[in-house]
Amino acid sequence: MAKPKIATTSLAGCFGCHMSILDIDERILQLVELVDFDKSPINDIKEFTGECLVGIVEGGCANEENVRVLQDFRKHCKILISLGDCAISGGLPAMRNTIPLQECLDEAYLNGPSVHNPSGRIPNDPEIPLLLDRVYPCHEVVKMDYHLPGCPPSADTIWQALVALLTDKPMELPYDLFKYD
Amino acid sequence: MNDTTITFEIDGIEVHGREGQTIMGAADTAGIYIPRLCAFEGLPAFGSCRVCTVKVNGRFQSACTQPVAEGIMVENDTDELLEFRRNIIDMLFVEGNHYCMFCEKSGNCELQALAYRFGITAPKYPYMFPADRNVDASHKDVFIDHNRCILCARCVRASRDLDGKNVFQFVGRGPGKRIAVNSRANLADTDLEVTDKAVEVCPVGAILRKHVGYTVPIGQRTYDHEPIGSDIEANKQ
Repeated sequence: MAKPKIATTSLAGCFGCHMSILDIDERILQLVELVDFDKSPINDIKEFTGECLVGIVEGGCANEENVRVLQDFRKHCKILISLGDCAISGGLPAMRNTIPLQECLDEAYLNGPSVHNPSGRIPNDPEIPLLLDRVYPCHEVVKMDYHLPGCPPSADTIWQALVALLTDKPMELPYDLFKYD
Repeated sequence: MNDTTITFEIDGIEVHGREGQTIMGAADTAGIYIPRLCAFEGLPAFGSCRVCTVKVNGRFQSACTQPVAEGIMVENDTDELLEFRRNIIDMLFVEGNHYCMFCEKSGNCELQALAYRFGITAPKYPYMFPADRNVDASHKDVFIDHNRCILCARCVRASRDLDGKNVFQFVGRGPGKRIAVNSRANLADTDLEVTDKAVEVCPVGAILRKHVGYTVPIGQRTYDHEPIGSDIEANKQ
């Protein structure tokens, strides 16, 4: 029987959660015994090659591309996991949610104290994904099956959760691994 | 046992209390933890957060205000009440702007600790991201961040009853309710001092001392290894 497949992505995140995945250290050898990796920044596969058992999503949705990728993950993955606080709550990027989008852009490209922008233009190329009105947690965009909190979730948290999922055990985190920071 | 001992039951366990004691007080002594947020030992009960809601003879009551009475049957650790309390914690999280990942209070925060204890991985309600919460950092030793305030009134009561100052008070109603300071403009204009009890009792990161952030390393903070309430449960005979 073919091994189940895992896909991962980082939306509006900092890749810290992916660093934490790599932080499982030599257990990654056990992991590749258990699963194959499909679309993921870890192997640089850009598009899904088929159906996956588990999709791991870091970061919330800050732009239209994030939404498209997340919907693609929902379509291809049987089980979707929000990995880390940004996927769960929007996280640090969501700090802009209390400021109107235009004000954010003006500050970033026109008025900020360290801005050098002689053209006075705010980038608006069709190639650049449009920003959403605010940053959305993943579960407010598609159905997410599990949430692993943490900033980032520790490698042990990720490992225990993955092993539980792949061996059909209930996903129960011990108190020490349950953190929002 | 003297004449004033009152005997009642919490989840089928016999508990003894004294005349005038609250259900929460008697439960604490018996080593039964009833979750709470606005209640704080040494402050008069306020009964606003409803996290300590129990069922007394089938009716909802707040354990921090309800006095013990002979023969009452109290429900505390039931699925129904756990769900009820989880919902309150969920609502508090989405109602404010709670960024645990960089908050100085993380690891020592009672709101976060309750969410850990209840196993809340994500709130079931949509985040509100309120934009009307400011930070008052005018005081040289203390700041107040309204993004994190849960309106428990601990600071109001501590300032009034323990510090004798009345620095904090509620203004507004309903969703517009917030903590205001007793001065023309800012916290700096009040007679608040860093040693005031009002600063110490905040359960979340809304009122914090300056210059001491992140001094306790991760792993050594209050709720890093033991869930909130473990100290009370250790009293269990």
